[in-house]
Amino acid sequence: MADPMRIRAALVGDKVDVKILMAHEMETGLRKDGEGNVVPARYIVNVSATCNERTVLSALWGASVAKNPFLAFRFTGAAKGDKLKVTWTDSDGDTRTDEVVIG
Amino acid sequence: MNHERRTVLRQLSKVTGYALALLAGAWPRLGWSAEQRPAFTAETLEETLKALGASGSKESSEIEFKAPEIAENGAVVPVEVDSKLPGTRSIAIIVEKNPHLMSADFTFPEGTDPYVATRVKVAETSNLLAVVKTDAGVFHATRLVKVTLGGCGG
Repeated sequence: MADPMRIRAALVGDKVDVKILMAHEMETGLRKDGEGNVVPARYIVNVSATCNERTVLSALWGASVAKNPFLAFRFTGAAKGDKLKVTWTDSDGDTRTDEVVIG
Repeated sequence: MNHERRTVLRQLSKVTGYALALLAGAWPRLGWSAEQRPAFTAETLEETLKALGASGSKESSEIEFKAPEIAENGAVVPVEVDSKLPGTRSIAIIVEKNPHLMSADFTFPEGTDPYVATRVKVAETSNLLAVVKTDAGVFHATRLVKVTLGGCGG
């Protein structure tokens, strides 16, 4: 199981400001390890964020998103205390969901 | 080391690469085959834009696209796209010279700002494109990022 995401969601005016850090190697499949063996590709392919059962962002990713991905976005229609849920799925089918209370 | 040996080694590594690629393609756990995401497997900018449905994209100054002019470390290049175009539905980020051109494609439902910030890998000095799909057509903005240390391979 992958390490948890670090998510910050803060209400600024009527908008929720979201910043996410995910823990993922984002291997391209082009890199070689110390012994010269190709490290197999493994990267996040899908990211989605939901708030009050409503999708607020969805994304398809390729291998060229940087390691330990950072993502920031903004959305409206939520209040302090609501929960924001973020899910990623990688190319091996591994998935992780984390939740944060909007502050 | 002589040149012949080097050539042989290079050929060998190519063959291994293809074999691995084939294996990866056949791997049952890998649920994301090429057919499902053609934009992510295209090898030229033209093909990528076509797969995205963005072939006739027009340059627009209504897309605020922030990327560093010079990236010391190509492995971590911050990018920010803020679309001022009305009816923005999605933003895709493409790094033209990368082995994997297509970095990300974000979809914005009603109520979400057409804004996104993330970090991408840039293998060598390259144009970066932000492709914005709106109700009124497809638009893009371009930024050149100079890389002093590559972001892919190693």
